[in-house]
Amino acid sequence: MTRMRRWLPGLLLVAPSIAAVAVFVYGMLGWNFRLAMTDQHDEVTEGKFVGLENFTGIWDQQRWSLSVNHAIVFTVVFVGGALLLGWLLAFLMEKGLRGEGTFRAIYLFPMAISFVATGVVWRWLMNSGTGERAVGLNRLFDFFGLEFLQWQWFRDQDWGMAAMAIPAIWQMSGYVMALFLAGFRGVPEELREAARVDGCTEWKVYRHIVLPMLRPVTLSALIILGHISLKAFDLIVAVSGKQIITDVPAVFMWVAVFDSHDPAKGATIAAYIVIAVSVFVIPYLVWSLRKERRS
Amino acid sequence: MTAVADVREERAPSRDRGERAVRRARWARGVRLTLLAVFVVVFLIPVYVLLVTSFKPLTEADPSRAWALPEVWTFRPWQVAWEKLAPGIWNSVLLAVPGSLISAILGSMNGYVLSKWRFPGADVVFTLFLFGMFIPYQGVMIPLVQLLSKLNEVTGLNGVFYGGIPGLVLAHVVYGIPICTLIFRNYYVTIPEEVIEAARVDGAGMLRTYRSVVLPVSGPAFAVVIIWQFTALWNDFLFAVFLTGPRSWPTTVMLNNIAGAQTVPYSQQMAAALLASIPTMVVYVLLGRFFMRGLMAGALKG
Repeated sequence: MTRMRRWLPGLLLVAPSIAAVAVFVYGMLGWNFRLAMTDQHDEVTEGKFVGLENFTGIWDQQRWSLSVNHAIVFTVVFVGGALLLGWLLAFLMEKGLRGEGTFRAIYLFPMAISFVATGVVWRWLMNSGTGERAVGLNRLFDFFGLEFLQWQWFRDQDWGMAAMAIPAIWQMSGYVMALFLAGFRGVPEELREAARVDGCTEWKVYRHIVLPMLRPVTLSALIILGHISLKAFDLIVAVSGKQIITDVPAVFMWVAVFDSHDPAKGATIAAYIVIAVSVFVIPYLVWSLRKERRS
Repeated sequence: MTAVADVREERAPSRDRGERAVRRARWARGVRLTLLAVFVVVFLIPVYVLLVTSFKPLTEADPSRAWALPEVWTFRPWQVAWEKLAPGIWNSVLLAVPGSLISAILGSMNGYVLSKWRFPGADVVFTLFLFGMFIPYQGVMIPLVQLLSKLNEVTGLNGVFYGGIPGLVLAHVVYGIPICTLIFRNYYVTIPEEVIEAARVDGAGMLRTYRSVVLPVSGPAFAVVIIWQFTALWNDFLFAVFLTGPRSWPTTVMLNNIAGAQTVPYSQQMAAALLASIPTMVVYVLLGRFFMRGLMAGALKG
């Protein structure tokens, strides 16, 4: 009884938050899955339970497979690009240099701006006009005599989504840099010094001491970038709107809800996005909680 | 005798190697600085374009002058953009200021309990909160829209929950609980257990300990959370586009409408984009340190 008096007030204080998360996160995820398993394809009828019909049926729609392909290309280019660029920036700054704070602030500032605002300028930069009508980067290529680099950017049939990843890389690689920089700085200097005394070259020190210790940071960055990428929405809407040429599941879902007025279809797409993210995130959370408990 | 000679022979080339190493280190630093400077230029290209274009009169809209500085500088695009965007900016203030404050208060209480006044099952609760941090909001959006419109019907307050700022604040506060709790919990963990225990021994209850021991040292954590939530709420587009209507559109939605219209000249679009980014940029420049800490907390302590 006295023990309960000890912890009960705490539970009461957190209770509203627990209830809110229970209802708004878990309840609504469940509600969404439930809706995805009905045939409520307009906003007035009561849906009947149809099992996984929507989940299989959606693959017959060309737009769905297209948007999944787009999301995969976008994710690969964005995650790979941001990891590489972020790592490179951290690697260049790792040893410390004058004005480091300024460099860091410049690489990180895009994080503070909305994708919608940056989308405005990237749409201009990645304008598909060529020759006389070229603006943006195509015009810049022209100026430097690099006309062969001019292309359709996000309007390109095959690699448009790779272009769409460029603004995302620009926006997020500063964050990756900050993560890696913290990782680099976490490697004890004595460890490196010991390896050097043992006759290791700088490259070998990097390869065998530093790189293995960066693995947890790399995994964190991978998960964060991956889950941002799978739900990408703002940037794509801001750069190209609802065009099919850059469609991804998150935009397709928006169209399903507001233009097609089909709640069951929207819920099905949303459920697929949740599943895709969970596949990444749940093992990661389990792994990092276990690690925390061990230490 | 021979031993001394040996040492001497070894020392000479090693000094030579030392000089070479110094020269190589200097050269490497030069290369690093050059590369970093190149990336600075690349990162600032969009800023150059935004600024330059936003001060251009319509007569200079020709593609051939796309990258040139304006011949005549004009504030006209900024004026027009301000007129179009002002209602949205006001809505965003009404959204982001109360939203970030409520989030910080809730996060502080949760973080305190989950680190210092734990109850059985606190770990499970924390883990379930963590997953809430990562869920794609698309997964809750349709039920959320349905629930909020139901609330409109039940309360008779049309356009408050669904289609209004209060509903949007509610959504952001609820889905912000996990990250805010995490930041505060990780901060409070560093308060020594003995301090809390001492207050307990003195007969202070949970709320009393919170008020007199924990809250006075919470300043930095509040700064981190308020900045994080303010930025997130100001920049959000997804919730806004699903939950608000024309009267309650925040800045991002209005900006997207302005930019999406083919008829609006680039100079006005870019001035509007800059206007929309000023508040978060000011926060970033003045309080970047706290912004960074929020980012790192988002990485789950790496």
